[in-house]
Amino acid sequence: MGKIFKFNQDVDTDQIIASQYLLFPTIDEMKAHTFESLDPDFASNVKPGDYVVASENFGCGSSREQAPAVLKALGVKAVVAKSFARIFYRNAINIGLPVIVCKDLHENVNAGEEMELSLQEGIVRVSDKTFTCTKLPEYMQGILDQGGLIASLNKEEA
Amino acid sequence: MGKTIIEKIIKNNTGIDAKPGDIVTVNVDRVMIHDIFIPFVASKFEEMGFKKLWDPDKVVLIYDHLVPASQVDDTRHFKVGNEFAEKYGMKNVHRSDGICHQLMTEALYVKPGNIVFGTDSHTTTYGCVGAFSSGIGYTEMASILGTGTMWVKVPETIKVSITGKLPDNVMAKDIILKLIGDLGADGATYKALEFTGDTVENMTVASRMSMSNMAIEAGAKCALFTPDEKTAEYCEIELDDKQKDLVGDADAVYCREICYKAEDFVPVMACPSNVDHVEPVKDIEGKEIDQVFIGSCTNGRLEDLMAAASILKGKHVASFVKLIVTPASRKIYRQADENGTLKILADAGAMITHPSCGLCCGRTGGILTDGEVVVATNNRNFLGRMGTSKVEIYLASPKTAAACAIAGKIVTPQ
Repeated sequence: MGKIFKFNQDVDTDQIIASQYLLFPTIDEMKAHTFESLDPDFASNVKPGDYVVASENFGCGSSREQAPAVLKALGVKAVVAKSFARIFYRNAINIGLPVIVCKDLHENVNAGEEMELSLQEGIVRVSDKTFTCTKLPEYMQGILDQGGLIASLNKEEA
Repeated sequence: MGKTIIEKIIKNNTGIDAKPGDIVTVNVDRVMIHDIFIPFVASKFEEMGFKKLWDPDKVVLIYDHLVPASQVDDTRHFKVGNEFAEKYGMKNVHRSDGICHQLMTEALYVKPGNIVFGTDSHTTTYGCVGAFSSGIGYTEMASILGTGTMWVKVPETIKVSITGKLPDNVMAKDIILKLIGDLGADGATYKALEFTGDTVENMTVASRMSMSNMAIEAGAKCALFTPDEKTAEYCEIELDDKQKDLVGDADAVYCREICYKAEDFVPVMACPSNVDHVEPVKDIEGKEIDQVFIGSCTNGRLEDLMAAASILKGKHVASFVKLIVTPASRKIYRQADENGTLKILADAGAMITHPSCGLCCGRTGGILTDGEVVVATNNRNFLGRMGTSKVEIYLASPKTAAACAIAGKIVTPQ
Protein backbone atom coordinates (compact mmCIF):
# COMPACT_ATOMS: atom_id res chain seq x y z
CA MET A 1 0.00 0.00 0.00
CA GLY A 2 1.13 3.54 -0.75
CA LYS A 3 -0.31 7.02 -0.43
CA ILE A 4 -1.78 8.89 -3.42
CA PHE A 5 -0.31 12.25 -4.46
CA LYS A 6 -2.74 13.72 -6.94
CA PHE A 7 -2.04 16.12 -9.85
CA ASN A 8 -4.17 17.50 -12.67
CA GLN A 9 -3.75 17.55 -16.46
CA ASP A 10 -0.80 18.80 -18.54
CA VAL A 11 1.76 18.58 -15.74
CA ASP A 12 4.90 19.62 -17.63
CA THR A 13 8.47 18.57 -17.00
CA ASP A 14 9.37 22.10 -15.79
CA GLN A 15 6.80 21.56 -13.02
CA ILE A 16 8.20 18.13 -12.16
CA ILE A 17 11.77 19.44 -11.95
CA ALA A 18 12.48 23.07 -12.90
CA SER A 19 15.25 24.04 -15.33
CA GLN A 20 17.39 25.78 -12.72
CA TYR A 21 17.98 22.48 -10.90
CA LEU A 22 18.92 20.45 -13.98
CA LEU A 23 22.55 21.44 -13.72
CA PHE A 24 22.96 19.93 -10.26
CA PRO A 25 25.49 17.15 -10.80
CA THR A 26 23.35 14.32 -9.37
CA ILE A 27 19.70 13.27 -9.25
CA ASP A 28 19.97 13.02 -5.45
CA GLU A 29 20.75 16.73 -5.25
CA MET A 30 17.81 17.56 -7.55
CA LYS A 31 15.13 15.42 -5.96
CA ALA A 32 14.34 17.79 -3.04
CA HIS A 33 12.91 20.21 -5.66
CA THR A 34 10.47 17.76 -7.25
CA PHE A 35 7.07 19.36 -8.02
CA GLU A 36 8.33 22.48 -6.21
CA SER A 37 6.03 24.95 -8.00
CA LEU A 38 2.92 22.75 -7.60
CA ASP A 39 3.45 21.26 -4.13
CA PRO A 40 6.51 22.60 -2.29
CA ASP A 41 6.15 19.92 0.41
CA PHE A 42 5.99 16.99 -2.00
CA ALA A 43 9.61 15.90 -1.67
CA SER A 44 9.51 15.93 2.14
CA ASN A 45 6.10 14.23 2.39
CA VAL A 46 6.40 11.46 -0.20
CA LYS A 47 7.62 8.09 1.07
CA PRO A 48 9.01 5.10 -0.81
CA GLY A 49 6.08 3.08 -2.14
CA ASP A 50 3.76 6.08 -2.64
CA TYR A 51 2.04 6.80 -5.96
CA VAL A 52 1.58 9.79 -8.24
CA VAL A 53 -1.90 9.89 -9.81
CA ALA A 54 -2.53 12.40 -12.61
CA SER A 55 -4.98 13.30 -15.33
CA GLU A 56 -4.15 13.68 -19.05
CA ASN A 57 -0.77 14.39 -20.70
CA PHE A 58 1.48 13.88 -17.67
CA GLY A 59 5.09 14.86 -18.35
CA CYS A 60 4.57 17.09 -21.38
CA GLY A 61 7.25 19.55 -22.46
CA SER A 62 10.98 18.98 -22.46
CA SER A 63 12.91 15.76 -22.97
CA ARG A 64 14.56 15.93 -19.53
CA GLU A 65 15.01 12.44 -18.18
CA GLN A 66 15.58 14.01 -14.78
CA ALA A 67 11.77 14.26 -14.50
CA PRO A 68 11.11 10.52 -14.11
CA ALA A 69 14.52 10.12 -12.43
CA VAL A 70 13.69 12.38 -9.46
CA LEU A 71 10.36 10.59 -8.96
CA LYS A 72 12.15 7.24 -8.94
CA ALA A 73 14.85 8.57 -6.61
CA LEU A 74 12.17 9.67 -4.12
CA GLY A 75 10.79 6.14 -4.14
CA VAL A 76 7.60 6.81 -6.11
CA LYS A 77 6.39 3.30 -6.94
CA ALA A 78 4.52 4.22 -10.13
CA VAL A 79 2.83 7.08 -11.95
CA VAL A 80 -0.76 6.28 -12.89
CA ALA A 81 -2.30 8.80 -15.32
CA LYS A 82 -5.09 9.08 -17.86
CA SER A 83 -2.39 9.63 -20.49
CA PHE A 84 1.30 10.48 -20.77
CA ALA A 85 3.44 12.66 -23.03
CA ARG A 86 5.57 10.33 -25.14
CA ILE A 87 9.12 11.39 -24.24
CA PHE A 88 8.37 11.21 -20.51
CA TYR A 89 6.77 7.82 -21.04
CA ARG A 90 9.79 6.36 -22.86
CA ASN A 91 12.22 7.89 -20.39
CA ALA A 92 10.32 6.43 -17.42
CA ILE A 93 10.33 2.93 -18.89
CA ASN A 94 14.01 3.23 -19.77
CA ILE A 95 15.00 4.06 -16.20
CA GLY A 96 12.64 1.48 -14.71
CA LEU A 97 9.89 3.73 -13.31
CA PRO A 98 6.50 2.10 -13.95
CA VAL A 99 4.07 4.38 -15.83
CA ILE A 100 0.56 3.05 -16.20
CA VAL A 101 -2.46 4.40 -18.08
CA CYS A 102 -5.71 4.16 -16.12
CA LYS A 103 -8.65 6.13 -17.49
CA ASP A 104 -10.94 6.02 -14.44
CA LEU A 105 -8.64 6.37 -11.45
CA HIS A 106 -8.06 10.14 -11.33
CA GLU A 107 -11.72 11.14 -10.94
CA ASN A 108 -12.50 8.50 -8.37
CA VAL A 109 -9.76 8.87 -5.79
CA ASN A 110 -8.58 11.59 -3.43
CA ALA A 111 -5.12 12.75 -2.51
CA GLY A 112 -3.94 10.98 0.63
CA GLU A 113 -5.94 7.78 0.07
CA GLU A 114 -4.04 4.50 0.21
CA MET A 115 -3.78 2.50 -3.01
CA GLU A 116 -2.21 -0.69 -4.24
CA LEU A 117 -1.09 -1.43 -7.79
CA SER A 118 -0.55 -4.88 -9.22
CA LEU A 119 1.58 -4.32 -12.31
CA GLN A 120 1.21 -7.91 -13.46
CA GLU A 121 -2.58 -7.88 -13.31
CA GLY A 122 -2.86 -4.24 -14.38
CA ILE A 123 -5.20 -3.56 -11.47
CA VAL A 124 -5.37 -0.69 -8.97
CA ARG A 125 -7.17 -1.14 -5.64
CA VAL A 126 -8.25 1.81 -3.50
CA SER A 127 -10.23 0.76 -0.38
CA ASP A 128 -13.08 -1.34 -1.81
CA LYS A 129 -12.81 -0.04 -5.37
CA THR A 130 -10.96 -1.72 -8.23
CA PHE A 131 -9.71 -0.03 -11.42
CA THR A 132 -8.39 -1.70 -14.56
CA CYS A 133 -5.31 -0.22 -16.26
CA THR A 134 -4.09 -0.47 -19.85
CA LYS A 135 -1.27 -3.00 -19.95
CA LEU A 136 2.09 -1.98 -21.38
CA PRO A 137 3.06 -3.34 -24.81
CA GLU A 138 5.11 -6.51 -24.33
CA TYR A 139 8.34 -4.91 -25.61
CA MET A 140 8.20 -2.10 -23.04
CA GLN A 141 7.11 -4.40 -20.23
CA GLY A 142 10.22 -6.43 -21.04
CA ILE A 143 12.50 -3.42 -20.54
CA LEU A 144 10.68 -2.50 -17.33
CA ASP A 145 10.83 -6.05 -15.96
CA GLN A 146 14.60 -6.03 -16.32
CA GLY A 147 14.87 -2.75 -14.43
CA GLY A 148 15.28 -0.39 -17.37
CA LEU A 149 17.28 0.01 -20.56
CA ILE A 150 20.77 -0.28 -19.05
CA ALA A 151 19.97 -3.57 -17.34
CA SER A 152 18.22 -4.74 -20.49
CA LEU A 153 21.21 -3.91 -22.73
CA ASN A 154 23.61 -5.56 -20.31
CA LYS A 155 21.48 -8.68 -20.41
CA GLU A 156 21.51 -8.74 -24.23
CA GLU A 157 25.30 -8.60 -24.24
CA ALA A 158 25.65 -11.36 -21.67
CA MET B 1 -2.49 0.41 -49.71
CA GLY B 2 -0.76 3.76 -49.82
CA LYS B 3 1.61 5.15 -47.24
CA THR B 4 2.01 8.33 -45.22
CA ILE B 5 5.39 10.11 -45.22
CA ILE B 6 6.50 8.58 -41.89
CA GLU B 7 5.54 5.09 -43.09
CA LYS B 8 7.69 5.61 -46.19
CA ILE B 9 10.69 6.85 -44.18
CA ILE B 10 10.48 3.81 -41.90
CA LYS B 11 10.09 1.46 -44.88
CA ASN B 12 13.15 2.97 -46.58
CA ASN B 13 15.16 2.67 -43.37
CA THR B 14 14.20 -0.83 -42.24
CA GLY B 15 12.80 -2.55 -45.33
CA ILE B 16 9.71 -3.37 -43.29
CA ASP B 17 6.18 -2.52 -44.44
CA ALA B 18 5.25 -1.42 -40.94
CA LYS B 19 1.85 -0.07 -40.02
CA PRO B 20 0.89 2.29 -37.18
CA GLY B 21 1.27 0.60 -33.80
CA ASP B 22 4.05 -1.78 -34.91
CA ILE B 23 7.31 -1.58 -33.00
CA VAL B 24 10.36 -1.56 -35.27
CA THR B 25 14.09 -1.07 -34.75
CA VAL B 26 15.48 1.72 -36.94
CA ASN B 27 19.03 2.52 -38.00
CA VAL B 28 19.81 6.03 -36.84
CA ASP B 29 21.29 8.41 -39.44
CA ARG B 30 22.38 11.17 -37.06
CA VAL B 31 22.13 12.19 -33.40
CA MET B 32 22.40 15.53 -31.65
CA ILE B 33 23.41 16.08 -28.02
CA HIS B 34 23.20 19.54 -26.42
CA ASP B 35 25.19 21.04 -23.57
CA ILE B 36 22.64 20.63 -20.77
CA PHE B 37 22.52 16.84 -21.04
CA ILE B 38 26.03 15.86 -22.23
CA PRO B 39 27.29 15.01 -18.69
CA PHE B 40 24.38 12.61 -18.18
CA VAL B 41 24.78 11.05 -21.65
CA ALA B 42 28.51 10.57 -21.03
CA SER B 43 28.04 8.88 -17.66
CA LYS B 44 25.23 6.59 -18.91
CA PHE B 45 27.32 5.63 -21.97
CA GLU B 46 30.16 4.45 -19.73
CA GLU B 47 27.74 2.81 -17.27
CA MET B 48 26.41 0.75 -20.17
CA GLY B 49 29.91 -0.55 -20.76
CA PHE B 50 30.35 0.70 -24.33
CA LYS B 51 33.95 1.20 -25.40
CA LYS B 52 33.38 3.15 -28.62
CA LEU B 53 30.78 5.16 -30.49
CA TRP B 54 28.90 3.29 -33.20
CA ASP B 55 29.95 6.01 -35.65
CA PRO B 56 31.64 9.20 -34.37
CA ASP B 57 30.84 11.08 -37.61
CA LYS B 58 27.12 10.63 -37.02
CA VAL B 59 27.22 12.27 -33.60
CA VAL B 60 26.89 16.06 -33.26
CA LEU B 61 27.56 17.88 -29.99
CA ILE B 62 26.27 21.45 -29.70
CA TYR B 63 26.70 23.96 -26.90
CA ASP B 64 23.83 26.45 -27.02
CA HIS B 65 21.69 26.61 -23.86
CA LEU B 66 24.56 27.70 -21.61
CA VAL B 67 26.73 29.67 -24.05
CA PRO B 68 28.63 31.62 -22.86
CA ALA B 69 28.71 30.32 -19.28
CA SER B 70 26.81 32.57 -16.87
CA GLN B 71 27.42 30.41 -13.79
CA VAL B 72 30.60 28.62 -12.80
CA ASP B 73 28.83 25.25 -12.81
CA ASP B 74 27.98 25.67 -16.51
CA THR B 75 31.64 25.24 -17.44
CA ARG B 76 31.52 21.63 -16.21
CA HIS B 77 29.21 20.83 -19.13
CA PHE B 78 31.68 22.17 -21.67
CA LYS B 79 34.57 20.37 -19.96
CA VAL B 80 32.75 17.02 -19.88
CA GLY B 81 31.62 17.49 -23.49
CA ASN B 82 35.11 18.33 -24.73
CA GLU B 83 36.61 15.35 -22.92
CA PHE B 84 33.94 12.99 -24.28
CA ALA B 85 34.44 14.28 -27.84
CA GLU B 86 38.21 13.91 -27.55
CA LYS B 87 38.09 10.44 -26.01
CA TYR B 88 35.72 8.99 -28.61
CA GLY B 89 36.98 10.83 -31.70
CA MET B 90 34.03 13.14 -32.37
CA LYS B 91 34.73 15.93 -34.82
CA ASN B 92 31.27 17.50 -35.08
CA VAL B 93 31.39 19.81 -32.08
CA HIS B 94 29.90 23.34 -32.14
CA ARG B 95 30.94 25.47 -29.20
CA SER B 96 29.46 28.87 -30.09
CA ASP B 97 27.87 28.63 -33.54
CA GLY B 98 24.21 28.87 -32.59
CA ILE B 99 21.18 26.86 -31.54
CA CYS B 100 21.29 23.09 -32.03
CA HIS B 101 18.09 22.86 -34.08
CA GLN B 102 19.21 25.62 -36.42
CA LEU B 103 22.65 24.11 -36.93
CA MET B 104 21.50 20.54 -37.61
CA THR B 105 20.00 21.52 -40.96
CA GLU B 106 22.00 24.70 -41.63
CA ALA B 107 25.33 22.87 -41.20
CA LEU B 108 23.96 20.09 -43.48
CA TYR B 109 23.88 17.26 -40.92
CA VAL B 110 20.28 16.30 -41.76
CA LYS B 111 18.94 15.29 -45.17
CA PRO B 112 15.40 14.47 -46.39
CA GLY B 113 14.37 10.95 -45.37
CA ASN B 114 16.92 10.71 -42.53
CA ILE B 115 16.05 9.37 -39.08
CA VAL B 116 17.52 11.63 -36.41
CA PHE B 117 17.24 11.76 -32.63
CA GLY B 118 18.28 14.52 -30.25
CA THR B 119 18.35 15.07 -26.50
CA ASP B 120 16.10 18.14 -26.82
CA SER B 121 12.34 17.89 -27.26
CA HIS B 122 12.30 20.37 -30.16
CA THR B 123 14.26 17.90 -32.30
CA THR B 124 10.99 17.59 -34.27
CA THR B 125 12.32 20.66 -36.17
CA TYR B 126 14.10 18.65 -38.90
CA GLY B 127 10.74 17.53 -40.28
CA CYS B 128 11.02 20.83 -42.17
CA VAL B 129 13.29 19.04 -44.69
CA GLY B 130 11.34 15.77 -44.59
CA ALA B 131 13.40 13.99 -41.92
CA PHE B 132 11.89 11.88 -39.13
CA SER B 133 13.38 13.49 -36.05
CA SER B 134 12.33 13.34 -32.43
CA GLY B 135 13.49 14.09 -28.89
CA ILE B 136 14.68 11.40 -26.46
CA GLY B 137 16.19 11.16 -22.97
CA TYR B 138 19.86 10.78 -22.07
CA THR B 139 19.75 7.06 -21.28
CA GLU B 140 18.23 6.30 -24.66
CA MET B 141 20.80 8.60 -26.34
CA ALA B 142 23.62 6.70 -24.64
CA SER B 143 22.14 3.48 -25.98
CA ILE B 144 22.07 4.83 -29.56
CA LEU B 145 25.68 6.04 -29.23
CA GLY B 146 26.67 2.44 -28.57
CA THR B 147 24.34 0.58 -30.92
CA GLY B 148 23.30 2.97 -33.72
CA THR B 149 19.74 1.70 -33.39
CA MET B 150 16.55 2.54 -31.56
CA TRP B 151 13.08 1.03 -31.26
CA VAL B 152 10.14 3.16 -32.33
CA LYS B 153 6.42 2.63 -32.42
CA VAL B 154 5.20 3.55 -35.90
CA PRO B 155 2.90 6.53 -35.36
CA GLU B 156 -0.48 7.24 -36.88
CA THR B 157 -0.55 10.42 -38.96
CA ILE B 158 -2.68 13.55 -38.74
CA LYS B 159 -2.83 15.31 -42.13
CA VAL B 160 -2.99 19.10 -42.03
CA SER B 161 -3.89 20.80 -45.33
CA ILE B 162 -3.53 24.54 -45.73
CA THR B 163 -4.50 26.25 -48.97
CA GLY B 164 -4.54 29.84 -50.15
CA LYS B 165 -2.60 33.03 -49.43
CA LEU B 166 -1.83 34.16 -45.89
CA PRO B 167 -2.71 37.72 -44.82
CA ASP B 168 0.38 39.99 -44.70
CA ASN B 169 0.44 40.24 -40.91
CA VAL B 170 0.27 36.46 -40.42
CA MET B 171 3.38 34.28 -40.20
CA ALA B 172 3.99 30.50 -40.05
CA LYS B 173 4.15 30.92 -36.25
CA ASP B 174 0.50 32.00 -36.20
CA ILE B 175 -0.45 28.86 -38.15
CA ILE B 176 1.30 26.46 -35.81
CA LEU B 177 -0.02 28.24 -32.70
CA LYS B 178 -3.57 28.05 -34.09
CA LEU B 179 -3.09 24.34 -34.85
CA ILE B 180 -1.76 23.64 -31.33
CA GLY B 181 -4.72 25.53 -29.87
CA ASP B 182 -7.12 23.44 -31.98
CA LEU B 183 -5.40 20.12 -31.23
CA GLY B 184 -4.68 20.77 -27.54
CA ALA B 185 -1.40 20.07 -25.71
CA ASP B 186 -1.87 16.32 -26.14
CA GLY B 187 -3.88 16.32 -29.38
CA ALA B 188 -1.08 14.77 -31.43
CA THR B 189 0.62 12.66 -28.72
CA TYR B 190 2.37 9.60 -30.23
CA LYS B 191 1.31 10.81 -33.70
CA ALA B 192 3.04 12.26 -36.76
CA LEU B 193 1.85 15.51 -38.30
CA GLU B 194 2.00 15.78 -42.10
CA PHE B 195 1.62 19.22 -43.69
CA THR B 196 0.33 19.67 -47.22
CA GLY B 197 -1.36 22.22 -49.48
CA ASP B 198 -0.18 25.12 -51.62
CA THR B 199 0.31 27.44 -48.62
CA VAL B 200 3.06 25.22 -47.21
CA GLU B 201 4.41 24.48 -50.69
CA ASN B 202 4.91 28.23 -51.12
CA MET B 203 6.61 28.61 -47.73
CA THR B 204 10.36 28.95 -47.22
CA VAL B 205 12.20 26.13 -45.45
CA ALA B 206 12.68 28.60 -42.56
CA SER B 207 8.91 29.01 -42.14
CA ARG B 208 8.39 25.25 -42.27
CA MET B 209 11.05 25.00 -39.58
CA SER B 210 9.01 27.21 -37.21
CA MET B 211 6.08 24.86 -37.63
CA SER B 212 7.86 21.51 -37.26
CA ASN B 213 9.75 22.97 -34.28
CA MET B 214 6.57 23.48 -32.28
CA ALA B 215 4.86 20.17 -33.13
CA ILE B 216 6.00 18.74 -29.80
CA GLU B 217 3.79 21.33 -28.06
CA ALA B 218 0.81 19.28 -29.28
CA GLY B 219 2.64 16.12 -28.19
CA ALA B 220 3.62 15.07 -31.73
CA LYS B 221 6.43 12.61 -32.36
CA CYS B 222 7.39 14.34 -35.61
CA ALA B 223 6.06 16.89 -38.12
CA LEU B 224 6.81 16.30 -41.77
CA PHE B 225 6.93 18.41 -44.92
CA THR B 226 7.45 16.93 -48.39
CA PRO B 227 10.96 17.78 -49.66
CA ASP B 228 10.92 19.98 -52.77
CA GLU B 229 13.29 22.14 -54.81
CA LYS B 230 13.57 24.65 -51.95
CA THR B 231 14.53 21.82 -49.59
CA ALA B 232 17.13 20.56 -52.07
CA GLU B 233 18.68 24.01 -52.38
CA TYR B 234 18.72 24.49 -48.60
CA CYS B 235 20.30 21.06 -48.02
CA GLU B 236 22.72 21.57 -50.94
CA ILE B 237 21.71 18.29 -52.62
CA GLU B 238 19.74 16.98 -55.56
CA LEU B 239 16.74 14.98 -54.40
CA ASP B 240 16.92 11.28 -55.27
CA ASP B 241 13.83 9.25 -56.20
CA LYS B 242 13.19 8.09 -52.64
CA GLN B 243 13.37 11.65 -51.33
CA LYS B 244 11.05 12.92 -54.09
CA ASP B 245 8.59 10.18 -53.13
CA LEU B 246 8.24 11.46 -49.53
CA VAL B 247 4.68 12.61 -50.08
CA GLY B 248 1.55 11.16 -48.50
CA ASP B 249 -0.13 8.79 -50.99
CA ALA B 250 -3.71 9.57 -52.06
CA ASP B 251 -4.85 6.26 -50.55
CA ALA B 252 -2.75 6.49 -47.37
CA VAL B 253 -4.65 6.09 -44.10
CA TYR B 254 -4.78 9.10 -41.78
CA CYS B 255 -6.23 9.04 -38.27
CA ARG B 256 -7.46 12.61 -38.73
CA GLU B 257 -7.50 15.27 -41.44
CA ILE B 258 -7.64 18.98 -40.70
CA CYS B 259 -8.10 21.64 -43.40
CA TYR B 260 -7.48 25.36 -43.10
CA LYS B 261 -7.95 28.24 -45.53
CA ALA B 262 -4.90 30.53 -45.31
CA GLU B 263 -7.09 33.64 -45.64
CA ASP B 264 -8.84 32.75 -42.35
CA PHE B 265 -5.69 33.00 -40.21
CA VAL B 266 -5.15 36.02 -37.96
CA PRO B 267 -2.23 36.95 -35.67
CA VAL B 268 -2.54 34.91 -32.46
CA MET B 269 -0.73 34.46 -29.15
CA ALA B 270 -0.32 31.54 -26.76
CA CYS B 271 -1.35 33.04 -23.42
CA PRO B 272 -0.04 32.16 -19.94
CA SER B 273 0.80 29.53 -19.20
CA ASN B 274 -0.02 26.81 -21.68
CA VAL B 275 1.00 26.68 -25.33
CA ASP B 276 -2.48 25.47 -26.29
CA HIS B 277 -4.13 28.52 -24.66
CA VAL B 278 -4.29 30.38 -27.97
CA GLU B 279 -6.24 33.61 -28.54
CA PRO B 280 -6.44 36.12 -31.42
CA VAL B 281 -4.16 39.08 -30.62
CA LYS B 282 -7.10 41.47 -31.14
CA ASP B 283 -8.86 39.91 -28.13
CA ILE B 284 -6.02 40.68 -25.72
CA GLU B 285 -4.91 44.06 -27.05
CA GLY B 286 -3.95 46.70 -24.48
CA LYS B 287 -2.13 44.52 -21.96
CA GLU B 288 1.04 46.36 -20.90
CA ILE B 289 4.36 44.57 -21.35
CA ASP B 290 7.88 44.84 -19.90
CA GLN B 291 10.02 42.90 -22.37
CA VAL B 292 10.05 41.43 -25.87
CA PHE B 293 12.23 38.56 -27.03
CA ILE B 294 12.78 37.80 -30.73
CA GLY B 295 14.89 34.69 -31.27
CA SER B 296 15.07 30.94 -30.45
CA CYS B 297 14.98 27.80 -32.60
CA THR B 298 11.37 28.70 -33.42
CA ASN B 299 11.87 32.25 -34.71
CA GLY B 300 15.50 33.36 -34.74
CA ARG B 301 16.09 33.01 -38.48
CA LEU B 302 16.95 35.70 -41.03
CA GLU B 303 13.37 35.99 -42.31
CA ASP B 304 12.16 36.40 -38.71
CA LEU B 305 14.64 39.19 -37.98
CA MET B 306 13.77 40.85 -41.31
CA ALA B 307 10.04 40.60 -40.53
CA ALA B 308 10.63 42.28 -37.18
CA ALA B 309 12.79 44.93 -38.87
CA SER B 310 10.02 45.67 -41.40
CA ILE B 311 7.78 46.66 -38.48
CA LEU B 312 10.49 48.45 -36.45
CA LYS B 313 12.09 50.43 -39.31
CA GLY B 314 12.13 54.14 -38.51
CA LYS B 315 10.31 53.61 -35.21
CA HIS B 316 11.47 53.15 -31.63
CA VAL B 317 10.78 50.63 -28.89
CA ALA B 318 8.65 52.02 -26.01
CA SER B 319 10.90 53.61 -23.39
CA PHE B 320 10.03 51.12 -20.63
CA VAL B 321 10.32 48.00 -22.82
CA LYS B 322 13.47 45.94 -23.27
CA LEU B 323 13.63 44.38 -26.76
CA ILE B 324 16.16 41.57 -26.95
CA VAL B 325 17.00 40.04 -30.34
CA THR B 326 19.00 36.82 -30.58
CA PRO B 327 19.91 35.41 -34.01
CA ALA B 328 19.64 31.61 -34.09
CA SER B 329 23.12 31.09 -35.52
CA ARG B 330 26.40 32.77 -36.33
CA LYS B 331 25.58 32.51 -40.05
CA ILE B 332 22.24 34.28 -39.56
CA TYR B 333 23.92 36.94 -37.39
CA ARG B 334 26.37 37.64 -40.19
CA GLN B 335 23.68 37.69 -42.91
CA ALA B 336 21.51 40.05 -40.84
CA ASP B 337 24.51 42.27 -40.33
CA GLU B 338 25.42 42.30 -44.03
CA ASN B 339 21.90 43.10 -45.28
CA GLY B 340 21.37 45.93 -42.78
CA THR B 341 18.74 44.19 -40.62
CA LEU B 342 20.76 44.42 -37.42
CA LYS B 343 21.25 48.17 -37.94
CA ILE B 344 17.51 48.73 -38.32
CA LEU B 345 16.86 46.74 -35.15
CA ALA B 346 19.61 48.49 -33.20
CA ASP B 347 18.44 51.93 -34.38
CA ALA B 348 14.96 51.04 -33.10
CA GLY B 349 16.40 50.34 -29.66
CA ALA B 350 16.89 46.57 -29.74
CA MET B 351 19.61 44.85 -27.73
CA ILE B 352 21.22 42.31 -30.06
CA THR B 353 22.88 39.34 -28.41
CA HIS B 354 25.20 36.54 -29.49
CA PRO B 355 23.64 33.49 -31.22
CA SER B 356 22.35 30.98 -28.63
CA CYS B 357 19.14 29.78 -26.99
CA GLY B 358 19.10 33.12 -25.18
CA LEU B 359 16.09 33.95 -23.05
CA CYS B 360 14.06 30.93 -24.12
CA CYS B 361 15.48 28.70 -21.42
CA GLY B 362 16.16 31.55 -18.99
CA ARG B 363 19.86 30.74 -18.67
CA THR B 364 21.94 33.45 -20.33
CA GLY B 365 20.40 36.73 -19.19
CA GLY B 366 17.15 38.62 -19.67
CA ILE B 367 15.18 36.92 -16.89
CA LEU B 368 12.06 38.54 -15.46
CA THR B 369 10.45 38.79 -12.03
CA ASP B 370 7.01 38.56 -10.38
CA GLY B 371 4.27 40.47 -12.18
CA GLU B 372 6.28 41.20 -15.33
CA VAL B 373 4.94 40.45 -18.80
CA VAL B 374 6.98 39.30 -21.79
CA VAL B 375 6.01 38.80 -25.43
CA ALA B 376 8.34 36.18 -26.88
CA THR B 377 8.80 34.33 -30.17
CA ASN B 378 10.01 31.08 -28.62
CA ASN B 379 8.04 27.89 -28.16
CA ARG B 380 7.10 27.48 -24.49
CA ASN B 381 5.34 29.69 -21.97
CA PHE B 382 5.43 27.33 -19.00
CA LEU B 383 5.54 28.86 -15.53
CA GLY B 384 9.05 29.72 -14.40
CA ARG B 385 10.68 29.30 -17.79
CA MET B 386 11.91 32.89 -18.26
CA GLY B 387 12.32 33.94 -14.65
CA THR B 388 10.07 33.52 -11.60
CA SER B 389 6.87 31.48 -11.72
CA LYS B 390 4.84 34.72 -11.62
CA VAL B 391 6.09 36.02 -14.99
CA GLU B 392 3.43 36.06 -17.71
CA ILE B 393 4.76 34.76 -21.04
CA TYR B 394 2.85 35.43 -24.30
CA LEU B 395 4.13 33.57 -27.38
CA ALA B 396 3.80 35.31 -30.74
CA SER B 397 5.23 35.75 -34.23
CA PRO B 398 8.19 38.10 -34.82
CA LYS B 399 5.86 40.66 -36.51
CA THR B 400 3.48 40.67 -33.55
CA ALA B 401 6.39 40.82 -31.08
CA ALA B 402 7.94 43.79 -32.90
CA ALA B 403 4.61 45.68 -32.98
CA CYS B 404 4.16 45.08 -29.24
CA ALA B 405 7.68 46.37 -28.51
CA ILE B 406 6.89 49.70 -30.18
CA ALA B 407 3.48 50.08 -28.52
CA GLY B 408 4.61 48.90 -25.08
CA LYS B 409 1.50 46.79 -24.95
CA ILE B 410 -0.11 43.93 -26.81
CA VAL B 411 -1.24 45.05 -30.28
CA THR B 412 -1.98 43.44 -33.64
CA PRO B 413 0.74 44.06 -36.26
CA GLN B 414 -0.47 45.99 -39.31
